[in-house]
Amino acid sequence: MNSLYRARKRQNALLLFVSCLALAFGLFWLVWILGTLFYEGGAALLRTQLYYAMTPPPGDDGGLANAIVGSLVIVASATLLGTPIGILAGTYLAEYGKRSRLAAATRFLNDVLLSAPSIVIGLFVYTVYVARVKHFSGWAGAIALSLIVIPVVVRTTDDMLKLVPNSLREAAIALGCPSWKMIVIVTYRAARTGIMTGVLLAVARISGETAPLLFTALNNQFWSLDLNRPMSNLPTVIFQFAMSPYADWHRLAWGGAALITLAVLGLNVVARALFARKQ
Amino acid sequence: MSAVLPISESTSNDEIARAAPPGAHAPARASWGDALFENLTRLFALLVFALLAAILISLVVGSQLTLHKYGVGFLWSADWDPVQDNFGALVPIYGTLVTSLIAMLIGVPVSFGIALFLTELSPPWLKRPLGTAIELLAAIPSIIYGMWGLFIFAPLFQAHVQPALVDSLGAVPWLGALFAGPPLGIGMLTAGLILSIMVIPFIAAVMRDVFELVPPLLKESAYGLGSTTWEVMWRVVLPYTKVGVVGGIMLGLGRALGETMAVTFVIGNAHQLAASLMAPGNSIASALANEFTEAVGDTYFSALIELGLLLFLITTIVLAFSKLLLMRLARHEGAAS
Repeated sequence: MNSLYRARKRQNALLLFVSCLALAFGLFWLVWILGTLFYEGGAALLRTQLYYAMTPPPGDDGGLANAIVGSLVIVASATLLGTPIGILAGTYLAEYGKRSRLAAATRFLNDVLLSAPSIVIGLFVYTVYVARVKHFSGWAGAIALSLIVIPVVVRTTDDMLKLVPNSLREAAIALGCPSWKMIVIVTYRAARTGIMTGVLLAVARISGETAPLLFTALNNQFWSLDLNRPMSNLPTVIFQFAMSPYADWHRLAWGGAALITLAVLGLNVVARALFARKQ
Repeated sequence: MSAVLPISESTSNDEIARAAPPGAHAPARASWGDALFENLTRLFALLVFALLAAILISLVVGSQLTLHKYGVGFLWSADWDPVQDNFGALVPIYGTLVTSLIAMLIGVPVSFGIALFLTELSPPWLKRPLGTAIELLAAIPSIIYGMWGLFIFAPLFQAHVQPALVDSLGAVPWLGALFAGPPLGIGMLTAGLILSIMVIPFIAAVMRDVFELVPPLLKESAYGLGSTTWEVMWRVVLPYTKVGVVGGIMLGLGRALGETMAVTFVIGNAHQLAASLMAPGNSIASALANEFTEAVGDTYFSALIELGLLLFLITTIVLAFSKLLLMRLARHEGAAS
C-alpha cells in the first residue's frame, strides 16, 4: 500500500515536472525567435535609411521605403474593404439570424474560412481576378487580404454583439426606435470596443501574411502608389531578399522582419489591452 | 395588488398608444428601413456563405485541364516534369502529410503539458501573462518562422542535432531508414519541427479552454477520493473533454497542413520521394509558393491549381471536422448545465 502510494506520488511529480518543461519549451522558442530577430534586425531598424531609401539592387545600399509604404497601402485598403462586409455579416448573425439554420451554417463556414490556408485564398484571387485582368496589382493583393479580414471581423462582431445585454435593446425598442436604428445607435455603440479589437486583430493577422500576396500584388522594385500595378510590400520583399544569396539583402530582410514583427505584436498587445479594459 | 397590476399595465399601454402622435408610429417607414437593413446584413452573411463555394468552384474550373488529363491518377503519380508536361501530386501530398504528422507528434503532447500547467499548476497571477506569451507564438508571422528556421535553426540543427540522430537512431532497423542520409539542415524533419512550434499555441489554447469547462465538482470529487493532480487530469478531465481536445488537435492539424511560408523556407523544395525525414521534400503549399509565378504552360498552371484544390479540400474537411467536434462539446456542455 505504501509503495503504491509512493509510486503514484512519484508519477504525479514526474508528469507535473514534464508539464512545466512543456511550458518552458513553448516559451523557449518565443524568446529565441524574438531574440534573434532583434539581434539580427536591430541594427537595420536603427538606420534611418531603412525608412526613406528604396529597395536596392544587389550590392547597393538601400532601404525598404517602397515596401513599407506598399504594405501600409495594401493593408489599409484590405481593412477598408473587409471590415464593413465583416461587420454587416456579423450583425446579421447576432441580431437577425441568431439560432436560425442559415446563421448556424454561416457561422460554421466562417470558422472554416478563418483557418483556411491563406495560400489558397491567393490562388482564388489569382484565378478570378488576376487571370482576368491579366496583370498583378495592388488591388488584387488588397482583395486577397480582405478575404482574410472578413472571417475574423464576422466572428468578433457576432461574439461581441451577443454580449450586449438584451435590456439595452428592449429599452431602445420601447422608446419607439426602429430596430435598424437600435442596432446602429445602441448595440454598435455598446459593442464598439469589442468590434475594434476584432479589426485590430485582423490587421495584425494580415500585416504579416505573405502567401496570398505572392500571386496577387507580386512585388515592385520601385516606388509606386498605383494600386492597379504590381506593388511592393514588406512580406514578399523579405521573402525575395532572404532567399537571395546576397548579404546586404539578408540584412535588409532581417530589418523588415523585425519591423513587421514589432508592428504585429504591437497591434496584438493594443487589441488585448483594449479588450481587457472592456472586461 | 398583484391582481390589479396587469389591468393597470394594459390601460397604460393603451394610453400611450392613443397619446402618441401619428408621426411617431410611422409603421410603414420604420418597417421599410428595417427590411432594408435586415436584407443588407443578410446579403453580406450570404456573401461569406458563398465565399467558400466560390473558392471551390474557381479552383475546380482552373484545374479542368489536369482533372481531365490525369483523373484520379494525379493523386499517386510521383512525376513532376514541367518540360515533358507530366504532373502528379504524390510528392507534395507526401511532404504535406509527413511534415504535419511530425508537427502533431511533437505539438500535441507539448500543448497538453502547457494546458495542464495553465489550468492546474500555474499560480493565478501567472496564468494570464503565460497564456498571453504562448498565444504570441501564434501572432508571429509565418515568414518570420521561415527566416529564423533557415538562417538560425537549420544550421544549428545540421551541426549538432542531425549527426546525433543519424548516429543513434540511424542504426536501428526499420526506424533507421527515417534518419538516413547526409544532414542537410533543411528537409522534412526541420519543416515538421518548426510547424510543431507554430501549432502549439492553437492546440494549447483550445485545450486550456475546454479544460476550464470541466465542472469543479467533478474535479473536487476526484481530489476528495485521494487522486493526484495527474490522475485527475488523465482520468477525469481528459475523458470529460476528449471531444474538444480532438477538436483542438484537428484545428492544429488544419493549420499545419496549410502552412506555407515557414515550410517553403526550410523544406528544401525538391520533387523527390524519400523515406528519410532528413531529405529535402516539398509540400503542396510550398510547391505553390515556389512555382506558381514562374509556371509556364497551361498544364503546369492547371496542375498547380489542382494542388491548391487538393489542399483546400483536405484542410476544409479537417477544419470542418474539428469545428463539429467542438460544437458537440459545447452542446453537451449546454445540456449538462
